[in-house]
Amino acid sequence: MSQDAKYVTLSDANFVSEVLESDKPVLVDFWAVWCGPCRIIAPIIEELAVEFEGKAKIAKLDVDHNPQSAMQFGVRSIPTLLFFKDGQVVDQLIGTAPKKVLAAKLENLAGQPA
Amino acid sequence: MEGIDFSAAEHRRVTIVGTGPAGLTAAIYSARANLEPLVIQGPEPGGQLITTTDVENYPGFPDGIMGPEMMQKFEQQADRFGAELRWGTVTSVDLSERPFKLVVDEETPVVSDVVIISTGASAQYLGLENEGRLLGHGVSACATCDGAFFREMKVAIVGGGDTAMEEALFLTRFASKVYVIHRRDEFRASKIMQQRVIEHDKIEVLWNTTVTDVLGDTLVEGLVIKDVNSGDEKELAVEGFFVAIGHKPNTEIFADYLKRDETGYIKTQADSTYTNVEGVFACGDAQDHIYRQAITAAGTGCMAAIDAERWLADQE
Repeated sequence: MSQDAKYVTLSDANFVSEVLESDKPVLVDFWAVWCGPCRIIAPIIEELAVEFEGKAKIAKLDVDHNPQSAMQFGVRSIPTLLFFKDGQVVDQLIGTAPKKVLAAKLENLAGQPA
Repeated sequence: MEGIDFSAAEHRRVTIVGTGPAGLTAAIYSARANLEPLVIQGPEPGGQLITTTDVENYPGFPDGIMGPEMMQKFEQQADRFGAELRWGTVTSVDLSERPFKLVVDEETPVVSDVVIISTGASAQYLGLENEGRLLGHGVSACATCDGAFFREMKVAIVGGGDTAMEEALFLTRFASKVYVIHRRDEFRASKIMQQRVIEHDKIEVLWNTTVTDVLGDTLVEGLVIKDVNSGDEKELAVEGFFVAIGHKPNTEIFADYLKRDETGYIKTQADSTYTNVEGVFACGDAQDHIYRQAITAAGTGCMAAIDAERWLADQE
């Protein structure tokens, strides 16, 4: 991970505080090192983290090392992108998606009143 | 094309749509012919091999090679010769006149003298409502992607070709039991793969069986399976359901312009990659429903680049 990475690295230990207790909307990217399609969207996730800094939190969870969080949210396929607001899952995307689609969903969430 | 301004669009000699082995081979050859190809990655860069593990039958790799690793090499090679690989998906085209028009990600216009179509094919689903509802929550079309979520669980896979065999074997690494469900009484997969599946301790084959429903509230809990001979239905308790029934060519966006067969494969002229539109060439699984191998895709990708180069030279 580079010095400049703006996304948050999640774990089973910090999931609650970083995601469920966040005052901003959170996009969680469930991924694993052996997942080809996850690598495809990795650069998109990093770009979104930079573009939405301050408006939404972009986070990544390695499901190999953090199985509980994946279990908790019924994630049985990766990449899975879950959108959280006020501690609830409000949207999801299974599989890869173009950056435009993700950005539009984030814009929408970030623009709504808390 | 409504609302897209093509007047200032970038103009390329060759645009390649899709980056599986066909597209990337076409990219290598076009780049080496100094045609400066633009290669649009598409929604599944690397193609179907990104979601496989060991590729044992591509010549040149006696010990086999991992699918993603192999596609990375293809990409590096295309890049080395100057092909411009770009993220994005071609969402619409206008092939009614030359130069051809393409739209990337619904907004970016590109104009091209030649279009090489290598959009490949994507996994098909059964089309059951609950299958769609539980996609990602126990239903998957990619064992290598999602198998790890099913450690010590019972899973089922439907299909009878090489993909189904490979995925069933892969799933045995995680699942406690793998049911292979096939509607006929013999597989169409290669003999060696069939043998491995039939002989595997963890795998049970359910012949002459189809899946008529997927059960479960928020996660897959089981399937309703049907014996095709007797018509009897019963429930099969599984937590994972993998679909490996074949692929559909990704050729919808060309439907208005190119002749395709009844299942959507683009028709090409014998012994070439020429389509019914001059200047448009098709290669790989988008036009091949017979062989569908990485090596044949690479072969037709090369043919497309050579066909395109010669055709362009003839235009001058």
